[in-house]
Amino acid sequence: MSNRQIKLMQGNEACVEGALAAGMKFYAGYPITPSTEIAELCSQKLPVVGGKFIQMEDEIAGMAATIGGSLAGLKSMTATSGPGFSLKQENIGYAALTEVPCVIVDVQRAGPSTGLPTAPSQGDIMQAKWGTHGDHPVIALSPTSVRETFDLTVKAFNLSEKYRTPVLLMLDEIVGHMREKIEIPNLDEIEVFDRVKPKVCDDSYRAYRVEEGQLVPPMAAFGEGFHFHVTGLMHDEYGFPSNDSEVADKLLRRIMDKIDNNVDDIVIFEEEFTEDAELLILAYGGTYRSARSAVKKARSEGLKVGLFKALTIWPFPETRVKELTNNIKKILVPELNLGQYVQEVERVVKNTADVYSLGKVNGEAITPDEILAKIREVL
Amino acid sequence: MSSQLIKNNFRNDRLPHIWCPGCGHGIIMKSMAQAIENLNLDKQKVCVISGIGCSSRAPGYLDFNTLHTTHGRALAFATGVKLANPELKVIVVTGDGDCTAIGGNHLIHTARRNIDITTIVFNNNIYGMTGGQYSPTTPTNDFGTTAPFGNIDKAFDICKLAEAAGATYTARGTAYHANQLTKIIENALKNNGFSLVDAISICPTYYGRKNKKGTAVSMMNYLKDFAVDAKAADKLPPEKLQDKFIIGEFKNTVEPEYTEEYMKIIKKYQKER
Amino acid sequence: MVNQKEIRLSGSGGQGLILGGIILAEAALLDGKNAIQSQSYGPEARGGASKAEVIISDDTIDYPKVEKADLLLALTDKAYHKYIKTLKDDGILIIDSNIELDDTDKAYKILQVPIIQSASEKIGKAMVANIVALGVIRAVTDVVTEEALENAVLKRVPKGTEELNKAALQEGYLLAKASKNK
Repeated sequence: MSNRQIKLMQGNEACVEGALAAGMKFYAGYPITPSTEIAELCSQKLPVVGGKFIQMEDEIAGMAATIGGSLAGLKSMTATSGPGFSLKQENIGYAALTEVPCVIVDVQRAGPSTGLPTAPSQGDIMQAKWGTHGDHPVIALSPTSVRETFDLTVKAFNLSEKYRTPVLLMLDEIVGHMREKIEIPNLDEIEVFDRVKPKVCDDSYRAYRVEEGQLVPPMAAFGEGFHFHVTGLMHDEYGFPSNDSEVADKLLRRIMDKIDNNVDDIVIFEEEFTEDAELLILAYGGTYRSARSAVKKARSEGLKVGLFKALTIWPFPETRVKELTNNIKKILVPELNLGQYVQEVERVVKNTADVYSLGKVNGEAITPDEILAKIREVL
Repeated sequence: MSSQLIKNNFRNDRLPHIWCPGCGHGIIMKSMAQAIENLNLDKQKVCVISGIGCSSRAPGYLDFNTLHTTHGRALAFATGVKLANPELKVIVVTGDGDCTAIGGNHLIHTARRNIDITTIVFNNNIYGMTGGQYSPTTPTNDFGTTAPFGNIDKAFDICKLAEAAGATYTARGTAYHANQLTKIIENALKNNGFSLVDAISICPTYYGRKNKKGTAVSMMNYLKDFAVDAKAADKLPPEKLQDKFIIGEFKNTVEPEYTEEYMKIIKKYQKER
Repeated sequence: MVNQKEIRLSGSGGQGLILGGIILAEAALLDGKNAIQSQSYGPEARGGASKAEVIISDDTIDYPKVEKADLLLALTDKAYHKYIKTLKDDGILIIDSNIELDDTDKAYKILQVPIIQSASEKIGKAMVANIVALGVIRAVTDVVTEEALENAVLKRVPKGTEELNKAALQEGYLLAKASKNK
């Protein structure tokens, strides 16, 4: 423990260090503010560990090549921001349906359109869930500090390998660009999960069959002798296209269920001061830090305010939030948009608590005082 | 011979294919398989990648590592696969719309990098899968379901486009000149860099019917009668080449290949672990 | 909020203020404290308004942005006018001598220091104005130790410029002393 390295590090840099610790060997992307440091660092660091970096001709190609790299057997990542996240959506859906593990980092900036390229936002939260067409599984994580960025990037790779699904790492400009003290864990302290590979290469191999007791179909890489087919069409257990309604239904339900049935493994959150709280602040990403400062100020004034930090934002930490409403009847959701995640909170708690929104879209962070003022208003 | 070819290179349980009677795509797919067979490529290392459209169904029938991607993006997926594992022999099967309209940006940049990917464009001058809309290779004045009054666009010469962008091998063949096409694909596969084969197909169902080109046989006859070999074309006066199209090899050069250049960077900067 | 110092470095792009902020934060880490550095910038790579923020604390730092600054460094007139309203009423203003001060009824502690002029004329490189400024800030606030600041500077500056940058720090200390004695 004592030989852990202590550094001042930027969030975007911690993302790259976390990815390397998790075994990333391939990065394809396109430069976009405020995520560019991730591409720059990957271009420097990947060849040093025998990995590959490529700057593609556009955002769409960046996503496509990332999936290609993963199919060829390498842990792959790409990073972008709002406009690029929009462009990547079709291929994110492709990765979801074809069950190709990969990590997509979105360092959120103020939108829509080109918006405020250097200003923070949390405006892509619903896009993370619904951005690509059709129902599809989504895992999205959102760190609140530089250290969490490191840890959640490792986690993003692990979840993507374990569940064979693209994982979205939703940074925001606040966390991506700030430099903060970080104690970097040693490699032997970091748990790394590698995709499960098929054992036997013979005629019995079916690229998309889940064997008894398995979570997902074992995944071979191109070139290992398994002549499997991958398609974005609905496909059978062999991976071949099918128009059969039963096949389509079974496939889509299976890829949704692999996430829905394992939320306890995927969902991470933290809470503070919730025991006697009359009001719960539910926050994520950079805004969580404003919320924590506000909650501490509120507590010093004797206001009974609790704090919930959603680190996994999709799937939503439904069970715990519902439980909390047994005693807490008011929930406030501050976020850098005009009320996105708050809608999910409303959906989940239904009529068991009053839900309040505090949104901001002028390109500046929500300040602790703004949250404090709202706390005083609703309590 | 042919049945052996099918046994060795096709997924027999996936056949017959879905292409229309008279479609030229099956012939091009066969030439491709024949070229792979003739070169005795390691089947474990062959990876065939496609986008969306009629052509892009080919990988499903071929018994290699196969990837059917999104519309226009086959070359971008292929770039990822090839860079991640340069030992793979990557072949992209695409169509005129897939490759030069929605995927046009990827075409020019993949050519520019000279990455070792062999691209075979199944060029039928029309969007077949969606029912006969004009494509970037539909000749001016021809008809499509979205060009009911005649197409006012100009058509791409895909070989010239790829060559200008940096491809180190370009050639054109046709579904009629199947043996020559096989040879062209062999040469394309032998080129260590970005190769593009413009394989002229026929679409009797949509392009043919919309433009009164007659039966599949008469469309095949058109390919026979109007194709001029590149070597012969050099010696012919321009008036003899009017309405003709040129087939054969246009470019075959050796230039640094992308993944090899990248491996040099790794070799130079990789730290012993 | 125990012993938390919030510092804003402002000027124009290309003056090395973000690097200055990073060095100050790294010096604080060397002193065993907590620090956060953040910035905002316009679309210009050079010129335009630029600000770097540093928060130094003995405790954990929640909100990473400077709300009301304990110290404002302003190297351009534009930055001075843009950010002066975010300085605490009893804060410290370190302002380059080339900038004309407005009348104010606030109780700021004001230090007018020829940072840019000293960097280019005494040290011989306008580029080290950021390091001169760090020297001034350290001497005025004691927010980091001399030893930590020097180590942090030497860790970040290009090889071969170590002596130049050490001289720049010393110049900052001298300027602060002279300014205090005024």
